[in-house]
Amino acid sequence: MTLAAFASYMLTGLAGASSLFLVAAGLSLIFGVTRVVNFAHGSFFMLGLYLAVTLAGVFGRTPLGFWGAVVCASLAVGAIGVVVERLILRPLYAAPELLQLLATFAVVLIVKDAALWIWGPEDLLGPRAPGLSSAVPVLGRSIPEYDLLLIALGPLVMAGLWLLLTRTRFGRLIRAATEDREMTAALGIDQARLFTLVFALGSALAGLGGALQLPREPANLSLDLSIVADAFVVVVLGGLGSLPGAFLASLLIAELKAFCIGLGFSKATLVIEFLVMAVVLVFRPHGLLGRPDPPARATEAEAGEPIPPLVWIPVALALAFPLLAGGYAVILAIDIVILALFAASLRWLIGPAGLVSFGHAAFFGLGAYAAAIAALKLGWPMAAALAAAPLVAAFGAFAFGLVAVRLSGVYLAMLSLAFAQIVWSLAFQWDALTGGSNGLVGIWPAAAVADKTRYYALVLGLAIAAWLLLGRIERGRLGYAIRAARDSQLRAEALGFDVPALRRIALVISGAVAGLAGGLFVYSKGSLSPETLAIPRSVDGLVMVLLGGLASPLGPLLGAGLFTWLQDEAARRIEFWRALVGFVILALVLFAPRGLAGLLRRPRA
Amino acid sequence: MLTVARLEAAYGRAQVLFGIDLDVAPGEIMVLLGRNGAGKSTTLKTIMGLVAAAGGSVTFDGRRIDGMPAHEIARAGLGYVPEDRRVFAGLTIAENLDVGRQPPRAGAPPWDEERVYRLFPRLAELKDRRAGQTSGGEQQMLTVGRTLMGNPRCLLLDEPSEGLAPVVVDAMAEATTALKREGLAVLLSEQNLRFALRVADRAAIIEQGRIKFSGPVSALAADESLARAYLAV
Ligand SMILES: Nc1ncnc2c1ncn2[C@@H]1O[C@H](COP(=O)(O)OP(=O)(O)OP(=O)(O)O)[C@@H](O)[C@H]1O
Ligand SMILES: [Mg+2]
Repeated sequence: MTLAAFASYMLTGLAGASSLFLVAAGLSLIFGVTRVVNFAHGSFFMLGLYLAVTLAGVFGRTPLGFWGAVVCASLAVGAIGVVVERLILRPLYAAPELLQLLATFAVVLIVKDAALWIWGPEDLLGPRAPGLSSAVPVLGRSIPEYDLLLIALGPLVMAGLWLLLTRTRFGRLIRAATEDREMTAALGIDQARLFTLVFALGSALAGLGGALQLPREPANLSLDLSIVADAFVVVVLGGLGSLPGAFLASLLIAELKAFCIGLGFSKATLVIEFLVMAVVLVFRPHGLLGRPDPPARATEAEAGEPIPPLVWIPVALALAFPLLAGGYAVILAIDIVILALFAASLRWLIGPAGLVSFGHAAFFGLGAYAAAIAALKLGWPMAAALAAAPLVAAFGAFAFGLVAVRLSGVYLAMLSLAFAQIVWSLAFQWDALTGGSNGLVGIWPAAAVADKTRYYALVLGLAIAAWLLLGRIERGRLGYAIRAARDSQLRAEALGFDVPALRRIALVISGAVAGLAGGLFVYSKGSLSPETLAIPRSVDGLVMVLLGGLASPLGPLLGAGLFTWLQDEAARRIEFWRALVGFVILALVLFAPRGLAGLLRRPRA
Repeated sequence: MLTVARLEAAYGRAQVLFGIDLDVAPGEIMVLLGRNGAGKSTTLKTIMGLVAAAGGSVTFDGRRIDGMPAHEIARAGLGYVPEDRRVFAGLTIAENLDVGRQPPRAGAPPWDEERVYRLFPRLAELKDRRAGQTSGGEQQMLTVGRTLMGNPRCLLLDEPSEGLAPVVVDAMAEATTALKREGLAVLLSEQNLRFALRVADRAAIIEQGRIKFSGPVSALAADESLARAYLAV
């Protein structure tokens, strides 16, 4: 590599770091004060860019028009953030973290469809910045002037935030609340107001980050999740709640990216990025500059009160109905039962084991690819290929567990997202084995179960067996030990339990069941693509689990049923079905926080 | 000024307070004595709105405050000093004091940084040091000073002498009596009978969430069997 090339990658990286830092700083501030992991942060970035494109068109091609558009877009996104905080998050601050997460994910869905409705599906390219549209030669290579401006802007914003946090009362209150919210309340500080202001600041920063991309990348509808994944990585890598950490991590990640792309390994970017994060977290479990976790609130996985026996009758009837009815009901029922099994494996991890996974689709996908590859490339019969699915997924879970079980709370969740991204990019890029983005086709079940109704019977039988097995383990000695490890690591260790080993076992069991669901999924569809294990599927799993409610083992089935049916119905009838799903999730989170199973349970005496 | 009547509280399903009655007048120090786990901290937290009251009432200046959010209770004039200090470790001493600042109240000289430093001169020397890097005694002074910055008219002090060196305990005792002379009402929780007898006017003994004795401290000093029955002496 020549010096000139090196300098040019370096500068491109620095420019990218600035926008990444803006987004990550907002996310980090919001998390620090409110303890909400805001999935919608990438949506705020996306809105900032779309709004800036529109406003720049309205304001005209003058420097004032351009910068006016950037500033107004950022302020508008701040205002949207306030509305989201007031209407959706405020009622949920006392609720379990997972419900908050689900609510912010509902916002992602709603914003995505709102953007589709307003701006349409096409990418929108913004104008160049007037007066900054040329390039400057640096060591013989040309660097866009705008990139140089961005390079200066990152440190400036960092300095501005630093002054805000250290020199103003608002900043001192933010720092105090990040350390101990309850104490600030006891000192007379109105948390609700503080939260709203912090949310406004954080979303305005995300909006600014988006608006500043105006001349650099077109506005499009997939920015939200890709940016939020990057921002998660940066925040976790830097240490949750630490601004200097976020700054450092943005530099690191953006430089890694710039060099990977510059040196021609653009395909490996994702993997490298997430590997760096995994390595850092193994050595520094709280990120580069983070402090030990604030004590995590225990997941609300109270022992489920018994579900009234009467509820089982309609459930059993509903499951049996497609066997007789055939037709479309069978196809839908196959989907529901497979996803319910996937959701049950996730509930097992979140509930009894207390480990939250944002990347559970990785295990589903490992199982699916294992079965598909065994069938297509190795020519295995269906029974063998189906058996390979849970085994390979369990092995993946074991490998993930080696790194992950020592991490706590949000860090583990983030690392699971990273793991899922690595598996996804392997599936996406390893053409020879996985077929790359085209995926694999032609995986058909054995003749005996080729008929859909028979295949459904097989799926139902295996799912019930796996589900009963999970229940037995949960109620048995192993389940007791795993729950003890969840409730108090210290106490469990004092009782002689090996907490990391227990967590690893919980992960492997959960991974195996998710893998089985993945194997059944492949044979039901006949084909497979990397979408099967992308972020949205992991989130679907979380949504189903939380819709159903954590406390009851019946929850995943109810959640998967409602979610799949809703998605299927809505997707067929309504253009903006995502937003509809989002509104339904919000309604359930706000009005039925214990999930569907909670609604069915007998009211407490 | 502060009247607590039949107060009940619970953590989840475990009830901890079973009908607590207490009252404190301006210029008076009331001490709540009890063993570990008797419910002293829970009583103070419930008054402060940090634990939800499950029954009974808390009246401050003739106004019901149970059910109000903690920050409104603080603004109404109740100051809370927690038992485990809970300073903002990453903020400097001066910044910690600033976080506690609230508007002055009519009829009382307002608290500011300088006045806190006059009460605890040691803090003035350390004002730019991060609170996390100060000693336990310094942190105790800081939490008291931080709460005073809110110009409270009634102070809830949770075990201010716990784990402190004798000189710091002396400083706390002096500060508490100085505040009382200014007309503050003070409700103090303690396990340390000596400290209690030294500063308090009246005492109540709490045992398993119930008040077992309430009266002037002189009565407590006179009757050793009380202390032996309910306190770790
Ligand atoms: N956060 C909590 N969750 C559940 N139970 C609690 C909690 N805090 C206190 N308790 C229980 O409530 C009871 C009263 O506790 P409290 O802290 O009020 O006692 P205390 O008199 O202040 O004791 P100490 O002298 O040790 O500070 C105890 O049995 C304790 O175990
Ligand atoms: Mg206590």
